[in-house]
This record gives sequence, structure tokens and C-alpha cells, in this order.
Amino acid sequence: MAHSTTLESSSTPIYADVPRTGTWDGGNEPFKASYGKLMMWFFLLSDAFTFGAFLTAYGMIRHKHGVFTETADKFHFSSAWWPVPEKVFNAFPGFHGVDLPLAFVALMTMILIFSSVTMVLAVEAGHRMDKADVQKWLLWTILFGTMFLSSQAWEWSHFIGGHVEPTIMADGKPFFGANLAMNQYGPPLFGDLFFFITGFHGTHVFSGVCLLVWCFIATTNGTFEKRGHYEMVEKIGLYWHFVDLVWVFVFTFFYLV
Amino acid sequence: MSAHATTEHAYIPGEIAKPNTGWIWKTFWVLVGITALEFAIAFTLTSPDWRTFRNSIFIVLTILKAFFIVGEFMHLKHEVKSLIWTILIPTALLVWLVVALVTEGSFIGETLSHMFSK
Repeated sequence: MAHSTTLESSSTPIYADVPRTGTWDGGNEPFKASYGKLMMWFFLLSDAFTFGAFLTAYGMIRHKHGVFTETADKFHFSSAWWPVPEKVFNAFPGFHGVDLPLAFVALMTMILIFSSVTMVLAVEAGHRMDKADVQKWLLWTILFGTMFLSSQAWEWSHFIGGHVEPTIMADGKPFFGANLAMNQYGPPLFGDLFFFITGFHGTHVFSGVCLLVWCFIATTNGTFEKRGHYEMVEKIGLYWHFVDLVWVFVFTFFYLV
Repeated sequence: MSAHATTEHAYIPGEIAKPNTGWIWKTFWVLVGITALEFAIAFTLTSPDWRTFRNSIFIVLTILKAFFIVGEFMHLKHEVKSLIWTILIPTALLVWLVVALVTEGSFIGETLSHMFSK
């Protein structure tokens, strides 16, 4: 008893078994976010560094190569300079041989932005515990995600297949399209960076679609309804928006600049 | 944080609130508008003399789009300050990395192109 009296009289018991209640003393959430959401944020931060490394490498390699200094109408493909993107990406499915610069990538960008919107709508429906709405918006997001992936598959096959006109390469032979060793558009690294950056992004979209399909099945089975919250939809939503965010940067640095 | 607000009350069938989606569509139209502006600039400012200026606009608009996606769609704007900084400070270091290596790239290109011409 005497011991406890001493404790009470002391204003700051340092080694006593008194629970500490400061912000960082544990037992609460200093970030006001659940463990799962916080870990998703940290994963996305690490993923941002991966994509940051890709885009930094792109910037460095691009600046290492020459720039085409004349006006765009005089442009022709050569490994001496980095290609002008609107001359490389100017095809649209169903319009063979028609010069439609950046039209298809504009469509892809719109599809991805729209999928982000339907994803937020699913998260919003989850907050209201509206199972039917969550299902509806998840399905729309899966649809747009799949559309984006299909568009990218077309974009890749066109990039690999090549334009209507071949480029005469350094060895004097005509060459169509691209592979990892050479391409008709510009320096070999241009093709490599296209495959790696858009490919890595596409892999992320594919993982996202898989997660969404799983999430849709779980929603339909009532897993989240029984759990009492739709936080899983929020976490997958964070991932999905991040993939959209990466596309915004890929779009600017690969297609616009 | 909002997830925890919903964790509190148990699910009661038939009691579903009205959707509140105004802000989502507003953000959507902002993103569409910025993208449209980017395309307009890509096809009007084509002169090589305007390259740097044009690219600076693109970068500013991209960061603006990123702000809306991360702030509104990913809800970061409405999180607590310490979480916002935890995400933003490491990302800001990437900007330094990009600037450093792009400069380095120009230098390497310059050096290589003069390797045999002195």
C-alpha cells in the first residue's frame, strides 16, 4: 500500500506499470487509418518508386539521345534521334493507314479515367452498405479495366507489327515494327522502354482486374456484408487509382512530351 | 477513417442511404478537362521553338491531375496531416532523382556525340 501511495504522489511515474496514452504509445491509430489501408499506402509508395525508377531511366536515356529539331511535318524515323510520339502512335483500329495521331491513346486514357470513377462509386456504395450498388460499380470497373487491357494488347501488336511503310535500317534492309533488339521508329532503347514501361503498367492493370473479380465474387457472396464493412473495396480502390495515376505519368512522358 | 465510421453500426437490411456522388463527377470532369487541354496544346503548340515551354505546361498539368486523383479519389486530402506527409515527402525525393538523372543524360549524350570529333 505504501508503494502505491508513493506512485500516486509522483507526478510522472517513469517505470511504473501505468498505461501510457500518448499519440505514439500504441493502442490507437495515429494516422486514423486502419492497418490494411495504411499498408496499402506504403505498398503503393514502394511501387511509386519502382515506376519512378522506370520513368527516371526513360528521362535519362531520352536526354542522352538526339532531338529532332525541325518541324513535325519533315519528321522521318531514324535511330539518330528520339521519335516524335505522335508519328509513332497514330493508328486506330479499323482505320488502316489513316494518320490519327494520339487518337487511340486518348481513348485509352479516357477508359482508364472512367474506370477510376466507377471505382470511387463502388467505394462510396460500400460506405452506404449498398451491396447491389457495389456489385454494379465493380462490374463496370472490371469492364473498363478489361477494355483498357484489350486496347493495350492492340497497341502492342501494332507497335510490334509496324507501320504501313518500312524504315530502311543501317544495313540497307527495310524493317517493320519493333522487337527488343531493333525497331523502325528510332533508337533500340525506345522500343525497349516502351515494352518495359507500358508492359509493367499493363501487368498492374491485369493484377487490378484479378483483384476486382475476386472482390466482386466476395461481394456477391455477402462476405463484406457479414463482416460489417466494405474496407476491402477501399483498399483495392486505392490500388486501382494508383494504376490510373501511373498511366497519367506514362501518358505525359511517353506520348505527349 | 471513414471505413471505421461504418464499422461501428451493424448492417440493417433495407436501410440504405442515398448516394452522394456529386464530388466524384466533379473530379471526373476536372480530369477530362485537363486531358482535353493537354491534347489541345499537343496539336497547337507544335513549333520546335516552343518545346520547353510546351513540355513545362504538360508537366504542370500532369501534377495537377495527380493532385486530383490522389487527393480526391484516393482520399489523401482528407486524411490526417502526418499520413499526408508520410506519403508526400518520399515521393518528393523522386523529383530530385528525375532532375539529376535527366541532366546527367544530357551530359552523357553530349559527351558521346563529341567522342570522335573532339
